[in-house]
Amino acid sequence: MPNMRLTKLPAREQAPDVRNKNFNEVSQGYDEAMAVDEAKRCLNCKHKPCVSGCPVNVRIPEFIGLVAEEKFMEAYEVIRSTNALPAVCGRVCPQETQCEEKCVRGIKGEPVAIGRLERFVADYAMAHGAQPAKPLPDNGKKVAIVGSGPAGLTCAGDLRKLGYEVTIFEALHTPGGVLVYGIPEFRLPKQLVRDEIKTLEDIGVKIETNMVIGRSITLDELLNEEGFSAVFVGSGAGLPRFQGIPGENLNGVYSANEFLTRINLMKAYTFPKTDTPVQVGKNAAVVGGGNVAMDAARSAKRLGAEHVYIVYRRGEQEMPARVEEVHHAKEEGIIFKMLTNPTEILGDENGHVRAMTCVEMELGEPDASGRRRPVVKAGSEHTIDVDTVVIAIGNSPNPLIKNTTPGLNTEKWGGIIVDEATGKTSRAHVYAGGDTVTGAATVILAMGAGKTAAAAIHEELSKQ
Amino acid sequence: MYRIVTKRALHETVTLMEIEAPYIAKKAKPGQFIILRVDDSGERVPLTVAGTDPARGTVTIIFQKVGYTTKRLDCLNEGDSLQDFVGPLGVASHLAGMKKVAVIGGGLGVAIAYPQAKALHDMGAEVDVIVGFRNTELMILMDELKAASTNLYVMTDDGSNGHKGFVTSALEEQLKAGKQYDHVIAIGPLVMMRAVVNITKQYDIPTVISMNPIMIDGTGMCGCCRVTVGGEMKFACVDGPDFDGFAVDWDEAIARGRMYRKEEAESLECKACNLKNVELQAKRGGN
Repeated sequence: MPNMRLTKLPAREQAPDVRNKNFNEVSQGYDEAMAVDEAKRCLNCKHKPCVSGCPVNVRIPEFIGLVAEEKFMEAYEVIRSTNALPAVCGRVCPQETQCEEKCVRGIKGEPVAIGRLERFVADYAMAHGAQPAKPLPDNGKKVAIVGSGPAGLTCAGDLRKLGYEVTIFEALHTPGGVLVYGIPEFRLPKQLVRDEIKTLEDIGVKIETNMVIGRSITLDELLNEEGFSAVFVGSGAGLPRFQGIPGENLNGVYSANEFLTRINLMKAYTFPKTDTPVQVGKNAAVVGGGNVAMDAARSAKRLGAEHVYIVYRRGEQEMPARVEEVHHAKEEGIIFKMLTNPTEILGDENGHVRAMTCVEMELGEPDASGRRRPVVKAGSEHTIDVDTVVIAIGNSPNPLIKNTTPGLNTEKWGGIIVDEATGKTSRAHVYAGGDTVTGAATVILAMGAGKTAAAAIHEELSKQ
Repeated sequence: MYRIVTKRALHETVTLMEIEAPYIAKKAKPGQFIILRVDDSGERVPLTVAGTDPARGTVTIIFQKVGYTTKRLDCLNEGDSLQDFVGPLGVASHLAGMKKVAVIGGGLGVAIAYPQAKALHDMGAEVDVIVGFRNTELMILMDELKAASTNLYVMTDDGSNGHKGFVTSALEEQLKAGKQYDHVIAIGPLVMMRAVVNITKQYDIPTVISMNPIMIDGTGMCGCCRVTVGGEMKFACVDGPDFDGFAVDWDEAIARGRMYRKEEAESLECKACNLKNVELQAKRGGN
């Protein structure tokens, strides 16, 4: 008999007023008994709606069934057969709009906690010495992967398993892309990312750090001189957007990318032991309503800011951030200023931020995104005293590869144009996927794109 | 890892190193830069490429020991390796078509001005090199500059070489005497570049300057190096580091360069003791 409890079993968590002062992981996940208990809520539906909600088609009921039988290592093999980064996905996937949204148990009550179960299985298997999957024998063909974020790692893993010689080129000094520079330690421990990457290296994926494709070596050189038969571009959405309001170049104004990179990749929270500093001050405002904005706000709080504001021009319903992240942020004392839009950042005599002028908004008719368009409320101008402003309103694709690869077609806003079913670009043997194609999206969508491209690359190269 | 092939003190506070980095050596052009990290807890520091030797696969950097990282870097010896060394970054200088050029360098900027002067000289352009130092002791690359210039003018703040004054006074003297330049290239401290631009504006000579702002990734990802040029936001790492000197917002650039003064001092102070130990070890290891 399945467990018919209507609610998900909550995961263990650090208390809000404790965790908002440290960078340790917020959620501590399930233990074995909790995982088995939650797994028994799965009805093992025949039509498996959850699987269709997963961009990499994890065989969800199958792995959950194995968890219920306490066969945790077997459950891991099921997940890993389609998902290269289970410990990552279990933590950062927006399950509520994917697998869990389709869960039949969600019709009456809460869906099965698929994400928490996936995380438990991955952590269990990694702690109990899961052996890497054995790749097929080498087929003598070389594939280059540009970028070691979720798209690149997934594509690399899939192709390596099929016997290709795979080399990932990473511009930064550490592989992982947004998993390392963007998502904070308290949501995704970096040791775990290192472990996931190490399992790929263990099966023979090569990673070259400090290689900026387009500068250190061009895409054409990879294909024509270095002997690669195909290239997958997963270079991410690495160009921060600003609002274009006065004062954005004042000291104390950061793009979310810079703020989070200083903290996550460069470990500014241990400055001066490590060498890269970050400034937070007493009052910090984060502009934007996505997961990145939540990450920046919660990081600012942990670095000692007394007041941290999320300033967002639409309402809470319209925020693109995951419900769980918003909930965690509120618990930690982040102040939400909804329907508020900055119009100017004001500086002091030294060129440092001192305040931000904002207007209040109200929601009008729906716009192209389907969300109600915010319009300015007359006479609502006011200022907030702040020492730090973090702009988290999104990123555009990095133009480096586009600018150095003749014949690679891109959208006006910079995204590489691909055939969605294959990831094929306008250039022969060049594939792309992830944020460099879609603009800033999620880890799992990037992984899905990496997977699609790996299959298409395999199809092309097996014909040769 | 990136091995230090040569290390040479140019004077008490400035050091030259040749680093083994074959990809970069093959690609780097004048005006481009690299980013390095000394060790695993190190910050990412951008340095302009001061020269390359593609045959040996080495890249030359010249740095001044001012902050923690550069002092830490100077503790390394030949045969040691840097943790990270990435490049070439930024857009190469557009030198094609320049015929009569004044290349101006101040202090450490001279190290960066040199490859530009050399490239122009090799192209057959007429190159006047004007460089300035605080005093004779701090002069660097004199033989190299002489070989890469039509005329070389060397100024010192204290007049210890017999030519007292700033690079701007030498430039103004040439212009007043009727010297014609089709371009001026100025590389050095922000205040020096601004002073040069203030003169060349009067003579309407297109002036290229090279920005060296605080950076992290150097690939356009963080936006830390943004600078206002002609009212538009530019990133020095991907749009520069060369910009039209007439269009740069100098006050903003100067303020941004000062953002981490306090933290820079704190970093140095906190690790002073550690640095001493490393220095001692380096000396013992070195000889």
